[in-house]
Amino acid sequence: MRITLKNLSRTYSPPQQTRIQAVRAVSLDIPSGSIYGIIGKSGAGKSTLLRLLSLLEKPDAGALYYAEQRVDDLPPRELIARRRRNGLIFQNFCLFASRTARENIAYPLEICGRSRGAIQERTAELLELVGLAGRGDAPISALSGGQKQRVAIARALANEPAILFCDEATSALDPQTTRDILDLIRRIKQKMQLTVVLITHQMEVVRDICEYVAVLDNGSIVETGRVQDIFVRPQAQITRDFLAHLTAGPAAPRAGSFVRWSAEGGQYTLRFVGAQTGEPLMSELVRRYPVSFNIRAGGIQYLPEQDIGTLVTDLTGEPEAVAQAIEFLRNSGVIVEESV
Amino acid sequence: MSFVLLLQLVGEATGQTLLMLLLSTLCSLALGFPLGVLLCVTDPALGIAPRPLAHQLLTRLVNTLRSFPFIILMILLFPLARWLVGTSIGTVATVVPLAIAAAPFVARIIETALQEVDRGVIQAARAMGSSNWQIVRKVLLPEAWPALVSGITLTIINLIGYSAMAGAIGGGGLGDLAIRYGYQRFRPEVMAAAVLVILLLVELIQFIGSRLSAAFLSRR
Ligand SMILES: Nc1ncnc2c1ncn2[C@@H]1O[C@H](COP(=O)(O)OP(=O)(O)OP(=O)(O)O)[C@@H](O)[C@H]1O
Ligand SMILES: [Mg+2]
Repeated sequence: MRITLKNLSRTYSPPQQTRIQAVRAVSLDIPSGSIYGIIGKSGAGKSTLLRLLSLLEKPDAGALYYAEQRVDDLPPRELIARRRRNGLIFQNFCLFASRTARENIAYPLEICGRSRGAIQERTAELLELVGLAGRGDAPISALSGGQKQRVAIARALANEPAILFCDEATSALDPQTTRDILDLIRRIKQKMQLTVVLITHQMEVVRDICEYVAVLDNGSIVETGRVQDIFVRPQAQITRDFLAHLTAGPAAPRAGSFVRWSAEGGQYTLRFVGAQTGEPLMSELVRRYPVSFNIRAGGIQYLPEQDIGTLVTDLTGEPEAVAQAIEFLRNSGVIVEESV
Repeated sequence: MSFVLLLQLVGEATGQTLLMLLLSTLCSLALGFPLGVLLCVTDPALGIAPRPLAHQLLTRLVNTLRSFPFIILMILLFPLARWLVGTSIGTVATVVPLAIAAAPFVARIIETALQEVDRGVIQAARAMGSSNWQIVRKVLLPEAWPALVSGITLTIINLIGYSAMAGAIGGGGLGDLAIRYGYQRFRPEVMAAAVLVILLLVELIQFIGSRLSAAFLSRR
């Protein structure tokens, strides 16, 4: 289902504290059947935005549409009916400790007044779907993090929602489990024709699963687009920071521990798209121009459609030579960003 | 005093105390439990069904009743007891002030137990389209159940103390026995026996309550 946000705003006014504009005039168009990522740092307003999108809270201003229907001002009864057709999963799972895995999955069916037989049948189906057949009677505390998130996913899907909202759904999981859960989300999205809205602070998650991404900073959207395009041509500084973090990875040296060859020469981020990833462009560069380069960090991102190589380097030499070298890179199709 | 007579006295008083306990526990839960749920549900900080004004009023009421010395509350409530059960003395009449005195205590205990429920879980339930009533019945109460059992145990134990006091002003039971025989007639063995039974009762109820609560927890 297509989701449209028009100038959504949400301000909190806690007593005896300054007002917080958590979400500022956010407009987005989330295409039906897409996996849409919303990325932002801690406190950017991601969870608040998701609460607005999932009808948990009402915006102070703006409008929200599911398909063509306006949903931010529904009367209570319709609001509850509408919420029952959304699926939601969370970072810390938010499962009922007093219920077994199966009973957790049964909850959304129970509140809709489904019959015992129908619940039995549907929960068995869902346990199977998320790969937990046979663990239905396990208490929640007996499950691993990945299994808990599978139960949460099954619970979210119980009423065959049109939209699945994920709030940092993989942040509490290790890398392998994260991949498994993302695979599962991708699989069920296909199978159930879901629209998935996924909130995260990890560019890895956006890279691995999303088709579109919106970058949220301090309550405002600073950049939106297809993931492919954002990776190749990030516009906002914060997007570059996210990408730089992704490129560097935890094992790479931090910028501060780097020894420069000389005081001159800027720091550049080079992005190699698709086939260029395999070409010896840098050797060619030093052969042609009297410059040297030093690699700070680098890596290749495997996106669904094409690969993107990223190199964070210093180029040193006569300013003229450096300028020519950059020109050469640009002409070869490399995207060169000068870092500030 | 013969041993048989002592047994008879203590037996009769224990029966009265148990009756008082049973009735006053049921009545104070009937009054305090819904009040505790209301306190929790209307709390703006929890956001289930925020009603700041109602919450304020209920909190004031509960606090006022809780800060009343029990013995004074009892005396004030004698007329109410007379009106409700036709008399202000006797085991059953004592239940009225006991229940009313314990109700605000129960309300607080229930509220505290319910506040422990994970807010994320409540939010998840709301996001799935639960009505407020469903959140209370299918989420809050089951999730807080072990804590509720502990709270109810504590209530009963408190009521044993209260009922001993109530007995002294006309309700009968072990407290009455201890004071009439042990204090007024200098019969220390009767007092000792009554106190012993009270101690055993407290131990027994605490034991059962802890066991139940642990049993509910271990199933999770
Ligand atoms: N109920 C609330 N009352 C008051 N302030 C709030 C409330 N919810 C969120 N905020 C504030 O709004 C801002 C955005 O919070 P939000 O939880 O949406 O951020 P986030 O992007 O999800 O962060 P994180 O990655 O840490 O979860 C923060 O400054 C937060 O303190
Ligand atoms: Mg958040």
